[in-house]
Order: sequence, then C-alpha cells, then structure tokens
Amino acid sequence: MRLQIPLAITFLIGLFMAVQFFVPHEAFQYSFESLLAWVRIVGAFALVLGIGSLLRTHWDKIRRRRRDWPYSIATIVSFLAMCVIGIGFGHEPGTIFYWVFENIQVPLDATMFSLLAFFIASAAFRTFRARSTEATLLLVAAVVVMLGRVPGTLVVMFGDTSLAQYLHTHMPDVSEWIMNFPTVAGKRGIIFGVALGAIATALRIILGIERSHLGGGGGGGQ
Amino acid sequence: MSIWTRMLALDRRWVFAGIALAVLIPIITGLTLPLGKPAPPTVAVYDFLEDLQPGDVVMFAVDYGPSSMPELHPQALAMVRHALEKGLRVLSVSLNVQGTALANDVLQTVGEELGAVDGEDYVNLGFKVGGSAVILGMGEDILTVYPVTADGRRTRTLPIMRGVRNYDDIALVVDLAASNIPGAWIAFAKERYDQDIALGITAVMATDFYPYLQSEQIIGLVNGLKGAAEYEVLLGLQGEQAPGMLGMSAQSIAHLLIIVLVIVGNIAYFASGRHRARR
Repeated sequence: MRLQIPLAITFLIGLFMAVQFFVPHEAFQYSFESLLAWVRIVGAFALVLGIGSLLRTHWDKIRRRRRDWPYSIATIVSFLAMCVIGIGFGHEPGTIFYWVFENIQVPLDATMFSLLAFFIASAAFRTFRARSTEATLLLVAAVVVMLGRVPGTLVVMFGDTSLAQYLHTHMPDVSEWIMNFPTVAGKRGIIFGVALGAIATALRIILGIERSHLGGGGGGGQ
Repeated sequence: MSIWTRMLALDRRWVFAGIALAVLIPIITGLTLPLGKPAPPTVAVYDFLEDLQPGDVVMFAVDYGPSSMPELHPQALAMVRHALEKGLRVLSVSLNVQGTALANDVLQTVGEELGAVDGEDYVNLGFKVGGSAVILGMGEDILTVYPVTADGRRTRTLPIMRGVRNYDDIALVVDLAASNIPGAWIAFAKERYDQDIALGITAVMATDFYPYLQSEQIIGLVNGLKGAAEYEVLLGLQGEQAPGMLGMSAQSIAHLLIIVLVIVGNIAYFASGRHRARR
C-alpha cells in the first residue's frame, strides 16, 4: 500500500492536469485553482525541509571536525542571525534585515560573481584555440558576436576612421544575424530534444514506470 | 625558450591585473564609448511600453539576485522609469527570494525621483514560493496568490489593484532573470493565458531565449548590459540615470582585452609549434 497509494495519486493528478487544460468547465477550474494552492503550500514545506537539511549537514560537519568545518559555523551563525533579525525586527526597507542584505549580502554575492570575469579571461587566453575547423568557426563567431555586443571597442581599435565607422555600423547586424539564425537553429534542436525528454519522463512518472521520486534510492521501473 | 612559449606560460595573475585595469580605468575616468544603434529586440520592448495607455498595468517579475545586478538592475531601473513616466501602473513580483529587496530598491529609487506613490502608481507584491504554480495561480486570481504585499498591506485595499484580477488585466509581464525562470513564464503565462511577455536577461542567457523571440512567444528581449544601455539611449537618459552606459564602457574595454588575449594566445600557440605537438 505504501507504494500503490502514492502511485495512484500521481496517476490521477497527472491525468487530471492533462485533461483540465482542454476542459474550461467551472468544476475543473475550481479544482485546478485548489491544486495550485496545494502546490504552493507543499512548496513552503519543502523550504522547511531544505533548512533542516542545511542545518543537519553543517552541524554534522562541525561535530566531526571535517575539512573546513569553521565555515559551517559561519553558515549556521549567519542563518540564525538573519532569522532572528528578520522575524524579530521585520524585513521591510529601513530595518536591520534590509541593511544587512544591502550592505553585506549584495556586495558579497556580486563579488563572487565578478570573479568570473577574471577566470573567463584567463581561460580564454589559455584554452580558446583554433585547433580544428569547428573550433576555428566557433572562435571567429565568438569574436564577431563579442565585437557586435560592444561596438565601442572598434573605435578604440581603429580610431575614428572610415573602417571603424563601417564596422561600428554593421558589426552589430552581423552579430544579430549569428544570434538569430545559426544560434537559434542549434538551440531549437536542443529545445526539441529536451521537450521530448521531459514529455517522456512525465509519462513514465504518471504511468508509474519511473518511481525514483518516491524515494528509497530505486531507479526506473521495468 | 622562445618568446611565444614564454607567452603561453604567462602567469595568469597578469591576465587578472589586465582585466582589473580594463574595468577600473573606464569607470574611474568616466569614459564613454559610442554604443551603436539599439538592437531590434530592445526597441521592440521600448515600443510596446510606449504604445500603452496611462493606467495600463505592467507586471515586473524581479527574478534575479545580487550576483546579476550589474546587468539586470540597470535594465529594471530603465524599464520601470519608462513605465512610471508613461503613467502606467507597475506591479512587482518575485519568484527569487532575493528579488523582493532588489525590486524595492528599483521602485523606491525611480518612484521617489518621479514622485510616484506607493500603492497607487506602483507596488511590490514580493516573493512567493512555488515557481510555476505562482505563475499559473496569477492567471486565475492575483489576490489569491498575493493577499498581502511585500510589506504586509492588504493587496485588495490598494488603489493600484482596482480592476486588476488576473492576466486579462495586465498589458505586459516583464521578466528580469538570470536563470531558467523565463521559460516557466513563457510556458505557463504565455501559452496558457496568452499573456504578452518581454524578457530582461543576462547576455550569457541570450542564446537560450532567441528562439522564443523568433516564434513570437515573447514580444522583445533586453539583452545584458548592452540592452540596458540601449534602453537608456532610447529614453534619452544620461549620467547617473544611465548606469548601463557607464558599465558598457568598462565591459567594452574588458571584451577588447579578452579578444586581444584570444588572438595573442592563438598566435603564440601556432608560432611556438604546440599545434604540431598535439598531432
């Protein structure tokens, strides 16, 4: 029963969600809205589970003195501090919570992401090589798109010459063409593949063939 | 060891130093570079907002965090400014928990500058957990999904919500995101409720969403920092009101340096004979 009941619920709800899309009847509409409310409620519980998992993992790391365990103390202390500040003093603009967000979290988060610029530049210098025809095409396309995205660089490169003016006018068009046609063609193929895969997975779950979402470490069915 | 071999073994800290200077110098000196003509997808978003009538409702989904602020915040500032200047009603929602505070910043900055009133001209409804369920839920009834605003006011009582029930009453949803959330907006708000959608995304995500532009599932797309700067140009903004244009100069020089590094790296690769060694 522990397996059959969840499988039956999954089948019935999956079938209902597929059918209701095509039936604009009031009863279907009401049920659809109720289900959406349930999804939001269950989502909130998932948040609690996530917090529990975060605390358990880091507490375990501290207790066993695993590698870099002091960082786990920082995680737990920060989490608890934000909870106390947010729940105790509110989280609207002008509160301590908001001040901490604006003056600590925003700069830290932005700094972490900014480091990417340095690593991308270093990686481009070391590994972006015209080793084959495909790699050369990729390299040329990348340079053209980059120049098209920042046409001001052409003025820096060539000065205020007619060549710079010509490239400044037309390079964004070439870049836009690459984005609109070769890129879209490739991307659309990927999207189709992913969509077909998603439909197949959804069907497998609805029909009870795929059961890994029920836990227990089991993979797909027969 | 030849000069080319030495170049290939260049300490990466020199590259880091070069990028730091390429970013810092334009910002410190206030260097401005010509931007070129705005891209058609940016112009499409501008034109759509321009054609709306005062009182029409635009929903901004602020679905990004501080890590994407340099690209997306200037976009949000420019588009919200455009909407409020036009007398449109601006609703803000967030499917990213950090987006609520960033939306507050955008609405308050632009709102104070233009003398717009919170609750009448704009409102931040805040974060709601649930992702696609939230998007679908707003297609039925926004007040059910958001009974209170981000700062705890009853949504139903606000003048801005008069006559606003679901997507039927919203002229445009602008999703600002640095993740796959726009895919959910397109799949659920556009495809189920035929809601017009525009995107503001980071440049690295542009390839993911150009197919939706061509299939007309989105009305336009503001692409990265360049898109923000283009929007600022279309609005005629300058100086502090145009953070995107200031950032573009730094980005342009950094891109130029990366292009030079790639070219030099390839010349060194072939001149040093490394390509033969790989065969």
